Amino acid sequence: MLLVVLLLLAGLPRFASLYNVVLVTSILMYIILTQSWVLFSGPTGYMSLATAAFFGVGIYTAAILGWKLPLPVVIVTAGLLSSLLALVVGALTLRLRGIYFIIFTLGLVELIKNVVLWHAIKFTGARGRFVVLVDNNTIYYLMLFILVVLLLTTYLIRRSRYGLAMRSIGEDEEAAAHVGVNVTMVKVITFAISASFMGAVGAIIATRWTYIDPYIAFKSLYSFMPVLMAIFGGMGQLYGPILGAAVFAYLEEVLITKFPYYYMLLFGVILLVTILYLPDGLVGLVQRLRRGGWARGQHANT
Amino acid sequence: MIVTILDVVIAGLLLGGLYALIAMGLSLQYGVARVLNISHGEFIMLGGMTTWTLFTVFGLNPLLSLVVCGPLAFLLGFIIHRTLFKRLLSSSASPGIFESNSMLASFGLLFIIQNLASIYWGPEIRAYSYLRFPISLAGALFGANRLVTLGVALVIGLAFYLFVARTRLGKAIRAAAQDPATAGLMGVNINTVLALCFGLGAALAAIAGVLISISYPVNTSMGMEYTIIAIIVVVLGGLGSIPGSFIGGFLLGVVGSIVIYIDPLLSLAAYYLIFIVLLLVRPTGIMGK
Amino acid sequence: MPILEGEGLTKHFGGLAAVSRVDFSVEEGEIVGLIGPNGAGKTTLFNLISGALVPKEGTVRFQDRKINGLKPHRICRMGLARTFQSVKVFPNMPVFENVLLGSLFGTSGGMSSADAAGEAEKALEFVGLSALSSIPAKDLTLANQKRVEVASALATQPELLLLDEMMAGLNATEVAEAMELAGRIHDRGITVFMIEHVMRAIMNVCDRIMVLHHGEKIAEGTPQEIAASKTVIEVYLGE
Repeated sequence: MLLVVLLLLAGLPRFASLYNVVLVTSILMYIILTQSWVLFSGPTGYMSLATAAFFGVGIYTAAILGWKLPLPVVIVTAGLLSSLLALVVGALTLRLRGIYFIIFTLGLVELIKNVVLWHAIKFTGARGRFVVLVDNNTIYYLMLFILVVLLLTTYLIRRSRYGLAMRSIGEDEEAAAHVGVNVTMVKVITFAISASFMGAVGAIIATRWTYIDPYIAFKSLYSFMPVLMAIFGGMGQLYGPILGAAVFAYLEEVLITKFPYYYMLLFGVILLVTILYLPDGLVGLVQRLRRGGWARGQHANT
Repeated sequence: MIVTILDVVIAGLLLGGLYALIAMGLSLQYGVARVLNISHGEFIMLGGMTTWTLFTVFGLNPLLSLVVCGPLAFLLGFIIHRTLFKRLLSSSASPGIFESNSMLASFGLLFIIQNLASIYWGPEIRAYSYLRFPISLAGALFGANRLVTLGVALVIGLAFYLFVARTRLGKAIRAAAQDPATAGLMGVNINTVLALCFGLGAALAAIAGVLISISYPVNTSMGMEYTIIAIIVVVLGGLGSIPGSFIGGFLLGVVGSIVIYIDPLLSLAAYYLIFIVLLLVRPTGIMGK
Repeated sequence: MPILEGEGLTKHFGGLAAVSRVDFSVEEGEIVGLIGPNGAGKTTLFNLISGALVPKEGTVRFQDRKINGLKPHRICRMGLARTFQSVKVFPNMPVFENVLLGSLFGTSGGMSSADAAGEAEKALEFVGLSALSSIPAKDLTLANQKRVEVASALATQPELLLLDEMMAGLNATEVAEAMELAGRIHDRGITVFMIEHVMRAIMNVCDRIMVLHHGEKIAEGTPQEIAASKTVIEVYLGE
């Protein structure tokens, strides 16, 4: 099933319009951001709000290095820089209670934005930068490639002893430590791996935006969206966050074009409705429908 | 030289007073109601923007806006807790789940409030002129608006601190923060207290927003940065400690004022540096256990 | 030289001393019991030993190496394993994976996946749970969950095993089975240090017993000496 979808996606630029290629590129981007967020925050239960920070680091890497180095090198560098940042943040905060981690990652985006802005004004005199131009099809294929790598990575990790350790941390961190799992190290490394994908994706999409500044690159919205998409899709199944990201990203495109002034409002409402009435997300909805639907009311909610 | 020092000190106290207010508000919401309210800054923004509108459209004295915005924000916060968070409380299987769900819900609130504000006020930066005449102090000139704001912030901050420390209701709040179940058994209507605290927290935020608008420009995206500062102060003072937030606010305010004097764009970076050192050395904060 | 010894261990929670200047030692191959009324500080002492808590004062030495201040996973890999009073299993993971974690991560040398799987199977067989290996841990009876915990601990190839109230909540048959398991663990050469409330189990199984009360050690000796001790009887009757 997955293979069919991937093959279709691979052939997309041949038969689809430019508009659709760009649209699907955005959707792929959100899927990658969401899935890499889930890679860490899912099993461990630590809600990271640093996605936008890593994403922004990738964007700026492309802006600064894109003129001098070939694109693949830039993307890999972006991934490495983001994971470096994640290693530092993780080493600092992942040994503490979860709340400190959430708080620190929340402010990280604002912090980096301020620092980059300060640096830009003080040293370059201009607020923003121009990014090297890349054609849309290349961008699309690069995005698709990163998605495939991410899916592969997710699969391999899940199957490995490493994934086992991560799941145990999510279930009971103290018990995991007492059977020999180096809890902090596992958390930090997983965090770094997930960050590398966010950075890579940022570098790719920056080439489409062509002009960036700290306000464009470091938006808290990009930290909140993957969380929203994962919850909307439902964390109970593996395909949940991907489904949530796909549906939501498409919705976002539609909403932004039709209601450019209201879309944040609608996101907020959808988030609240999901938390209150659909805690298991779309996945939960699907499962409920499979079990016989609401109308019959025979099956109790689990 | 003395002028500069005095300037920095007054700015530091002003900033500190504002930080203390917003931190105490967040501390109430997190310490008692257990909601890490990411939309806290939006209430600050609402306070500031509403004051601007009341002043420029109706000519209302900003100090009187305090009396308007404070209670309105309280009401809003109270209602939000009663409808949204209370529902979450009953549907969450454990306190840990409630904490993450309520934080996510506060994201939703953030989006909604900020978007509504943008629709109504637009993205432009707003400012107004109130008490913008200089007052002479120790041979130097200081803006009357800043001195007044400083004074009001101090008064309200102290009053609130005494309220929590000395009154019966304040005791009930502290009891609820320590141990909600036992407090409930001892006759404290827990649901009302939680909603009350959330509302009070929102009120403090709005009041801070009013005061901010007297001395600084405001716009609809100002909230996030204040939320983060509030969180840093709350951690600095010790999670859940209201006296800690009060002290921490002033500490950070003075530091901020010094940094702003050196380079205005680096204040948040300085706060984060303090935050990092805090996490490394004493995560429980000044008054934390 | 004792395999485990503690000196002057102290831990405060707020203003209260949960453990106060406790000295103890456990010789290799012994089964030592730790008893005392509720709130005496027994689990806190175990937490200080296993690395779950850091002592305010005092040291813990395992195989003559100082271990206080080390992280739990390091202590585990050195050969000191424990179970918990509140039965910490990984509820949504199958029994086999629960135990596999121990053999993959908790041994001093580290193992290949195949060897670890083999070790996990052996541990499961030892506690008698081979038939239930694919069932999620949360679906097991309390007695079986405790066995899973023991199996995970055994899979880390410990030299010393701390058992925290292994028999709490078990019926008479299950207690007898647990006592027999403790005996077999001992027969394998693993030193055992166990907290228990079930008196007849402690008296029958242990070589020596220590008594804690209000965080202090008030008595130590053979089961007979402890049973006859006036101090101990008063402490328990006074409860």
